[in-house]
Amino acid sequence: MDISAFLLFWAAIFTSNILLTNFLGMCSYLSVSKEVESSVGLGIAVTFVLVFTTALNWLVYHYILLPFNIEYLQYIVFIIVIAAFVQLLELLIERYTPALYYTLGIFLPLITVNCAIFGVSLFMIIRNYDFLQSIAFGAGSGLGWLLAILMLAGIRSKLKEKLIPIGLQGAGISLIITGIMALAFIGFSGVATIQ
Amino acid sequence: MFGTIIKDIAVLAGISGILAILLVIAERFLNDYGDCRININGKRDITIKGGNNLLASLGEKEIFLPSACGGRGSCGTCKCKITEGGGPLLPTEKPFLSKAELEDSIRLACQVKVKTDVFIQIPESIFNIRKYTSTITEIIDYTYDIKGITFKLEDGEEIDFKAGQYVQLISEPYAKMKQRVSRAYSISSKPEDRNSIQLIIRLVPEGICTTWVHNYLKVGDRVNFTGPYGDFYLRDTNADIIFVAGGSGKAPIKSILEHLAVVGIERKMTYFFGARTLKDLYLTDEMKAFEKIFPDFRYEPVLSQPESGDGWQGKTGYVMPYFKDAIRDPKNTEAYLCGSPGMINAVCNALTDLGVAKEKIYYDSFG
Ligand SMILES: Cc1cc2nc3c(=O)[nH]c(=O)nc-3n(C[C@H](O)[C@H](O)[C@H](O)COP(=O)(O)OP(=O)(O)OC[C@H]3O[C@@H](n4cnc5c(N)ncnc54)[C@H](O)[C@@H]3O)c2cc1C
Ligand code: FES
Repeated sequence: MDISAFLLFWAAIFTSNILLTNFLGMCSYLSVSKEVESSVGLGIAVTFVLVFTTALNWLVYHYILLPFNIEYLQYIVFIIVIAAFVQLLELLIERYTPALYYTLGIFLPLITVNCAIFGVSLFMIIRNYDFLQSIAFGAGSGLGWLLAILMLAGIRSKLKEKLIPIGLQGAGISLIITGIMALAFIGFSGVATIQ
Repeated sequence: MFGTIIKDIAVLAGISGILAILLVIAERFLNDYGDCRININGKRDITIKGGNNLLASLGEKEIFLPSACGGRGSCGTCKCKITEGGGPLLPTEKPFLSKAELEDSIRLACQVKVKTDVFIQIPESIFNIRKYTSTITEIIDYTYDIKGITFKLEDGEEIDFKAGQYVQLISEPYAKMKQRVSRAYSISSKPEDRNSIQLIIRLVPEGICTTWVHNYLKVGDRVNFTGPYGDFYLRDTNADIIFVAGGSGKAPIKSILEHLAVVGIERKMTYFFGARTLKDLYLTDEMKAFEKIFPDFRYEPVLSQPESGDGWQGKTGYVMPYFKDAIRDPKNTEAYLCGSPGMINAVCNALTDLGVAKEKIYYDSFG
């Protein structure tokens, strides 16, 4: 695909935000967005995992799966690579930032099955990105996801003391807010789109 | 065709294998914290291998902090002051620590991982806590789900405890249960018997430790426990006393009464024992016998759901409505409660409503 890595990076954050346009990575987005602090932690972890797993998966795809003619195994292999990387990250976070480790708790392993991360790896193959483009796309998507969860967490912390109809509390109001945020982000789409 | 399948599987296995090896290596390096020093009360240093939690690390060196849940972070009894090296406070600890405790650097020992040198402060009485090996000399079926078990200490050892304290029984692997667990049980015998202890244990359906005790232990078996722990014991005042127990909660109160029978007491005491039906009552004659020994003592079993065949003539319903008659002056009354968290909560509320001060209500919750 003929698009500069730089443009891809920005597009992945704003105009083609993986969460707000593709609605990928919703479960951890909804469950961890109660507090700004932990959502930033998870957002950074997702970004980190995205950059490294897109790079790793790109290499694995082009240097192992293609030469051995087993592209059809990409789903399994990508998941294995992501799972191994998340475990490694878990070990690192536990060693160096235990407080973050306990805040993220069960959510950290959730990154393994975060569809945004799997989705980005699949998109980069379908869209034929080269190595640099893939990394830019991965980093942009991660930051885009971070931006989205941070905004939702900010709004939800403001909503804490507000009265919300019982039927809309929790996930209900969060999805409505996400919809409105997605509409707002469509406003950026004139700048550049990647599909 | 067959060759392709083998090749594809080999490549997939190769990728997984390499990743697995990488992870094992990473774990080796990242989880290795080397030797760490634990300084206790500024007096004593012990060296342990880093990476484990503080409770377990101390346990390795035969220093036993209380731990009713066996380190699962759910009982809050393994508190200890860490002046240096504990790392940041974890969200799992917060719910168990009061504001004053937070300011005083109190932490949950089972949640703090030892990764560097740590400095801790623990009461000197903790050093009295030891590991004991015992032999079972008697098992009595008190009811269909409650047993009284006597453990005789080996090698003529003696245990020094206050009536009301508890021990941590350590289970052995049995059937499909491969791990050892440790659970709290109040001592039901009197402290004067220093060479043996009795525990009263109720079978919790599917419970790891109680299933082992009820279905696998027999007379002559060797069993390990640590202790004594706890600050549930009779306070030395002149106040009237209300004891309330349910189920196996009879254990510490039996110990206290047996001890009082030895040392003598003049205080007014009323003991309410709550049970569901007649078949849940036990040791009734033994408790009634204390009415003759003490100058002012009453034992009141109360059945909440007596069955028609029981022919029960005594008190029925919950124990709470009967407190009124037993309390002469709420300002001068102490209460000692033991049993399930639900019962303790309800009884605490009823007592405070009647004017008994919260600080004078002591309890061991078996939750
Ligand atoms: C200070 C203290 C003193 C105690 N003294 C005694 C005593 O003298 N006699 C005695 O029998 N027990 C006593 N207990 C309770 C005991 O420590 C165990 O919690 C209990 O025996 C269950 O252990 P388990 O390993 O069989 O069950 P677990 O395997 O720990 O639990 C199995 C399941 O049962 C539930 N469960 C645990 N305890 C209970 C309960 N009491 N009722 C209903 N469900 C439960 C758990 O939530 C879990 O889902 C005491 C507890 C404390 C904290
Ligand atoms: S041992 Fe129960 S909370 Fe630590």
